[in-house]
This record gives sequence, structure tokens and C-alpha cells, in this order.
Amino acid sequence: MNIDLLTVDSARTAVLEKQTTATALVDAFYNKIDAEDGAIGAYLTLCKERAYQLAARVDALADKGDALPPLAGVPIAVKDVFATKDVRTTAGSKILANFIAPYDATVVTRLEDAGAIILGKTNCDEFAMGSSNENSGFHPVHNPRDRSRVPGGSSGGSAAVIAAGTAVASIGSDTGGSIRQPAAFCGVVGLKPTYGRVSRYGLIAFASSLDHVGPFGKSVKDTALMLQQMAGREPLDSTSADVPVPNYLDQIGQPVRGLRIGVPEEYFGEGLDPEVRSAVEAGIQELAKAGCEIVPISLPYSKYAIPTYYVVATAEASSNLARYDGVRYGVRAREGKTLAEMYRRTRDAGFGAEVKRRIMLGTYVLSAGYYDAYYLKAQRVRRLLASDFDRAFTKVDAIVTPTTPTPAFKLGEKMDDPLAMYLADIFTVTANLAGIPGMSIPCGKSREGLPIGMQILGKHFDEPMVLRVGHAVEHAMAG
Amino acid sequence: MVTDKDVSYVADLAHLELTEHERARLLKDLNSVLGYIDRLNELDTTNVEPMAQVASRLDEGGATSGTEGFAYAMRADEPRPSLPHDEALRNAPASDGVFFKVPKVIER
Repeated sequence: MNIDLLTVDSARTAVLEKQTTATALVDAFYNKIDAEDGAIGAYLTLCKERAYQLAARVDALADKGDALPPLAGVPIAVKDVFATKDVRTTAGSKILANFIAPYDATVVTRLEDAGAIILGKTNCDEFAMGSSNENSGFHPVHNPRDRSRVPGGSSGGSAAVIAAGTAVASIGSDTGGSIRQPAAFCGVVGLKPTYGRVSRYGLIAFASSLDHVGPFGKSVKDTALMLQQMAGREPLDSTSADVPVPNYLDQIGQPVRGLRIGVPEEYFGEGLDPEVRSAVEAGIQELAKAGCEIVPISLPYSKYAIPTYYVVATAEASSNLARYDGVRYGVRAREGKTLAEMYRRTRDAGFGAEVKRRIMLGTYVLSAGYYDAYYLKAQRVRRLLASDFDRAFTKVDAIVTPTTPTPAFKLGEKMDDPLAMYLADIFTVTANLAGIPGMSIPCGKSREGLPIGMQILGKHFDEPMVLRVGHAVEHAMAG
Repeated sequence: MVTDKDVSYVADLAHLELTEHERARLLKDLNSVLGYIDRLNELDTTNVEPMAQVASRLDEGGATSGTEGFAYAMRADEPRPSLPHDEALRNAPASDGVFFKVPKVIER
């Protein structure tokens, strides 16, 4: 069996039809990881004991001829920002290098209950802060499509395992683009659902009002199958929405004739790589050929998205990261003589440069005298940015943009210029600020062979539309 | 314009010590990023309400079942099992088996 070709569907079917066993699949994936992940660096921790236990459970069901759950035997990877009981959970940070989570995140429980098998925890930028995975406290991830380049971030490991074929599907978190941007850089599909669609319980918090949980896969359908098991109200996250979960496969493959597709001029302006532009325009042409009405639209506040994001996200982060003080968990610096000194030395030694930068910026914008000028100001502009989308969605069914301004950049290329790194998320942060669903799908390649991503945005809770349009483009580009 | 003094003050608030090198770097970076953030002042937001949460907007549109903001977020106030004591202490850098241990707080 060639495991590189496995999808969520075909992995389950292979187990169901006894072409293989879940245990044999897990063996095959660990062999591949042992042979190939050293050069990629996508995994931080493997949880073999747990994986083989779950695989044995699935195989026992299959042997008895019992009905198999929807993701039975599907080998997946989980970004290391999700708590996994009795398994090391680091958030990519040295400050949590020894942290063993005492409980499972809700998505972890749901995916395992559905029969998925977690192979391991994936590398990421520290506390999900970054756009290249170079801020990992452990080691960077290399893009499997070109190892001299970054896989994107912050969920770089979860995107890279799909591109490398070292997992069939994976999950990540997206606070400003951290699922969609690495999906684009690695040439895979990444879906950030609506805010409140998937519980954040057990997700290590970065910026709570912007943090989203979502899946990666080789295809639009694979992400839909994953989301189906992840979505839904859950009382342990008070922002988890009480909105019915539709069947996400229903709209996949439906004709797109007559759909109105918005193309915002602000996403095609200065700074957009010409090859990305022409690839995404070609994708839009495919939608036109399939009978969509292409509607030029304007999202006039877009240029304020990055400054708004870096105020809101860092303010929330400075508050969320106050808990890492060396008292209850994590690595404590040894030499502190007073409590305050222990706090400071623990945080100095445990946090990397980008995390410190964001804590400082967030603390500054929340400090006396600057709260109104920066924090409240950014929250007001956030409403304007959200209203841009409200207006647009009265005219169109979905919006299509490039996911990123450029294809994957070289390792080290942007490490000295934080602002340049922040601009890698210029097309993705808006969906986090507004809380709308967004997906990145592969949409051609550059002349150098680097993947290019197309982003599809939809109304709140209209993941079915996003999946439908995404599938149509995927289908047209493949054919 | 952020100054050396601001960096020290904010580092103190954030419980960070920082090396000389880090302070110099942060002074440069904070000024660069805040300079970029200043473009928000091009916008007149006098009559725009701050938006702290996405969910509060979803309620306005009736996209959730709550009739009041966050109504759906309420659940019955009933005791539920919580993390066992020994589990909660398992990750502690220092503990006496009952409490977390920290350096002495009160000096005689």
C-alpha cells in the first residue's frame, strides 16, 4: 500500500475492507516518520503508545465486523498547542519543555472518539506566534516542497506533515493566518472555521478573541470530514456557538453555476507577487468558466487590518501569557531569590525573542495612558473591518483572494525584520478579526515550483459555501 | 516615541528582566511597529463601538440561539469533578506534596 496516496476516506475504507489494519497503518507511518522527518522537523513528540492502543481498538472493532466510526484508523497529527493527556505539550516553547498535559483538548477527544489515531504533536512557532515556524523554541521546520524554505507558520509542522505524507490529516490553530498561510506555502488545504464553530477548550491560548481551531488535509473533502467531527457546541468553551452543525459533505460537488464570487481590489494591489496574482486570477477564471458571476468588490478598511491585529493580538497575548511564571507548571529558573526575581528569570529564560516582543508590545498598548489610544482604538477599527465583510456579503456568496502575497520565503530571510514578517499575514488576519470562515487551497505553482494558495472566505457559519467553492476550484485545477 | 525608560517600565509590568542587548533591540522594534500602528489614527472612530468579541456581534444578527448577548454561554451552576489534587501538582517545579512552593515572599 502506498501510504502517500491515502486520504481520510481511503484510509478508513482500507481498514474497513481489511486491505490493511490500523496497526499496520500506524507502523507504516512511523517508519516513514523515522526515515524522513529528521530532514523536515515537523514532529516534536511522537505518542506511539497511545497510537498503538487506539489502533488496536479500531482493529478489534474491524475484526468483529462492528460498524467503524467515521475516522476509524485515520493517522493524524496535532499541533503542539493542544493539550494531550499524559503526553508532552509544549506550545513550541522552552518554558513548557517538560509540561505533561493533565487532560485532553476537546478536539483531541472528539477526533479520537471518531476513531482517528494521533501519531504525534507537531512543531510550531512558540505560542503560535509567527509566520515561518522559525520561532519554535526547539528547531525550525523545513518546507517539504523546498527544504531551503519555510513551511509558513505558526502551524508549520501540521502543514508540513500533509505535504511530506507523514500524516493523512492534521489540526492546527489560526489566530492571524496560522492555518491558511502554511497551507498555502506547503501546497495543502487548510480551513479556519467560523469563530465559535470549534471548541477552544484545551487549546493553549494566544489571543482568545482571535484564536480558531481547524483542520489540514490533502483535499477539500478531507478537511470537511475532519471538521464534521470537530465542530459543535461545547459548554467548556463559553464562546462555543450553539449553532447546528450541517453535513459538510452535502455541498461538496454541487454545481457553482450562478454563485456570486467577490474579488476585493484591495487584495490584488501593491506588494502582491506577480506569479501569485496570475495563479489566483487563473483560479478565478475557472470559477467564471463554471458559471459563477465574478463581482469586483471593495473592502476599504483592509489596509488597517495588520495594525489592528497587532494591537488586539498582542494585548490579549500579554494577558494570556502572564500565567507562565514558574509556579504551577513549566520550567522554573533556579537562581531567583525573591518571588519577583524568580518570575522574571523564569520568563527571561523560557520565552524566545518574538514572544517577548509581543508581550512587551501588548503590555505597552494596555498600559495606563495608552489603553484608549491603542487598545480601544484598535477595537473600534476592528468593528469597521468586520462591517466591510457584512456589506460585501449582501452582494456576494463568497470572496476569493490570494492567501499570501508571496510563495514560501527562504529560512532566515525575514528573521531580522518583525514588520516584514507580520506582513506575510496581510490577507489572512481580516478573517480572524471578523470571525468569518476562510480556507486556503492549492492554486497552481510558481515557475520555481513553489505552491501558491487561493483563499476563500464566507459568511459566519457558511463553511458549506466555502467548501463548495473550494472543491469547484480544486476540481477544475486538477482537470 | 518609546524611550529607554518606557522599555524598563513595561518590562517591569510584564515580569521580564531582559539583557541590555534585548532592551536595545526592543526599543527599536517597538518604535518600528508602533509607528506602523499609528496609521489607525487616520480613521475617525468617534461613533464606532469597540468590538471585543466576535460572539457579541453574532447575537446581533441572530446567528446564535441566544436572545441576549452570550445567553447561550450560560450553563447550569452545578458542581462537576475537577482536576485531582495530585494531578494538579504533577507539573509543579517545586511542591511539598500539598502546596506549590515558591521563594520566600515576606522578609522578616
